[in-house]
Amino acid sequence: MRWPLAAVLILAFAVPAASAQDNSECLACHGQHDLQDQAGHSVYVDGTAQKASIHGTLPCTGCHADIKGYPHPEHPAAVNCSTCHADEAKDVTESVHANVSANTCLGCHGDAHSIVPVNDPQSPVFTLNIPKTCGSCHGNPDMAKKFGFPDVYAMYMDSIHGFALTKDGLLVAASCASCHGTHKILSHTNSESRTYHTNIPATCGSCHNGPERAYFAGIHGQQLKAGNSKVPVCSDCHTAHQIVQVQTVSWQMERSATCGNCHQKQYATYLDTFHAQVSALGYTESAHCWNCHREHDILPASDPQSTIAPGNLVATCGQCHAGATASFVSYRPHADSRDFKSFPALYISALFMNLLLLSIFSFFGVHTLLWFIRSYFDRRKAGARAESGD
Amino acid sequence: MNENNTSNRYYTRFSLGQRYLHGVIMSTFVGLAFTGMVLRFSHTTWAPAVAHAVGGFAAILFFHKFCAVLLTVAFLTHVGYVVVYRGIIKRDKSVFWGPNSMIPQLKDLKDLFGQFRWFLWLGPRPKFDRFAYWEKFDYWGVFWGMAVIGFSGYSMWFAPFFARFFPGSWLNIALLIHGEEALLAAWFIFAVHFFNTHLRPGSFPMDLVIFTGRQTEKELKEKHPEEYQRLLEKGQLQAAQTNAPPEWLTILGRLIGVVVISSGFVLLVLTLVAFFRRQ
Repeated sequence: MRWPLAAVLILAFAVPAASAQDNSECLACHGQHDLQDQAGHSVYVDGTAQKASIHGTLPCTGCHADIKGYPHPEHPAAVNCSTCHADEAKDVTESVHANVSANTCLGCHGDAHSIVPVNDPQSPVFTLNIPKTCGSCHGNPDMAKKFGFPDVYAMYMDSIHGFALTKDGLLVAASCASCHGTHKILSHTNSESRTYHTNIPATCGSCHNGPERAYFAGIHGQQLKAGNSKVPVCSDCHTAHQIVQVQTVSWQMERSATCGNCHQKQYATYLDTFHAQVSALGYTESAHCWNCHREHDILPASDPQSTIAPGNLVATCGQCHAGATASFVSYRPHADSRDFKSFPALYISALFMNLLLLSIFSFFGVHTLLWFIRSYFDRRKAGARAESGD
Repeated sequence: MNENNTSNRYYTRFSLGQRYLHGVIMSTFVGLAFTGMVLRFSHTTWAPAVAHAVGGFAAILFFHKFCAVLLTVAFLTHVGYVVVYRGIIKRDKSVFWGPNSMIPQLKDLKDLFGQFRWFLWLGPRPKFDRFAYWEKFDYWGVFWGMAVIGFSGYSMWFAPFFARFFPGSWLNIALLIHGEEALLAAWFIFAVHFFNTHLRPGSFPMDLVIFTGRQTEKELKEKHPEEYQRLLEKGQLQAAQTNAPPEWLTILGRLIGVVVISSGFVLLVLTLVAFFRRQ
């Protein structure tokens, strides 16, 4: 279609002219509170809020680009944010939220006409508001059921990050976006995701730099770098959404068992020790896995840097046992009384004690039983005699 | 002589000192057993609950050590009194040999076989003297227990000190035998000792002699006929006679007995269940 010159000229001058003056032309109608479209939806626009918003300098037609003048089409086209926000829009289309709604942007950024900068506390995507914003879907039990989400919102809100952010208003505390990203949120099964198993140390490390470096100095981090994806990452011990302070008794109580998921034999033999017995009663000062092996920079005993390398044992045990000596540290914290080859003295002691218990209780079991039977009959006879007057 | 007479005449079996000694050993043993079993079976649901009720692990360990020291003192006092004072200073040979000695004699072996013959209706009941063979077994059991549990316990308490004389790997063995021997001791006391002395027909529900120190002539004749005969023949029966126990003492004895026997039974059941569940 060929445009008449006049029409081109009108468009070229009239539209910028409209923007230059203000949006009053549009607001003449849309500024009325009770304005509705044919379907009965409000098409009211708060001009003041729009003016105060980050898009306040833009004309209405900047976003509603298909409207060229009045009267405008009955059904104007959906606003396409990607016209300006191309990178963000591309990220969203690649993310798990790609097909969530007609205009995904507004799901997080709120009302289209009053979008404020992300660092404005009024913004739904201001750091302190993010959990609530994400929670409007991810904390909704119906949504959780429909899409099979875990109830991450409640978990997060009770976590150390959730407390710090929502109770203390700490901007440095991790919000949803700190770990999951913003526009390009990918499923944790996607190897490019920030929450993909092998990417987690880097994700957490973006804040927890010290632990991250320690982790990669340790055997787990080294193995992860070497391509062993079975090694634990931050979330295997700390969880993802329910992260609590590591000083919490209940958390410490359960953590050794986490190591035991892989290190089964070491965990089983640990359970036989005084350290584990005491710990099971809720006494966290007793040695747990990490008290000897450290938590992030765990190294095998063969590494001279390791806390459990022979040369470092006196210092390691000495953290709790004042006066620990080379002789003292020959204690075996993972001794196995069923393993004769490695622990002959312990094996023989266990065997001796078992035999002692078995023989004494067998003997006295028989002794007691026979005694009971015999005296029972005796006393019944004596009773019968007494009754009959003998 | 009618029955009324034999029930009214009392003879001393245990001195006040012996009764106190038993009292200390009994209460510290129950204290040690409870606090220790909570640790031994800390994986159960009841153990942390008990620990929590007492005031946590620190309190458990404090009570355990407190009872251990008391028991050690009582034990050493007894050994010192019997061996050093009566045996060596007073030169009282009856401590080491004869019917009043706790040393096992040939008669104990004969009584043991006689008792089994009686169990099987193959012979008359043996005539026990002052201490029957199972009473001596109970007595020496404490010595064995003190040696094993005491030594291993103190090694763990003062681990770095003991490591000067033993390798640290001894601590592995110490915890193992401490726990196993404690199970042996606790189950033995709460099952075998309780039955032999209190719960068996003839003594049921409990024998108060350790609390009152006195037994009736009927009990003396029935339980220790050889001793009765010996005292009678030597004319020492009169000297052993004493007054009836005061009522408060009998009531107190019953009270202590009920508390200790029932708490021992509770611990017996808890530990047995926990032990066989885990095996």
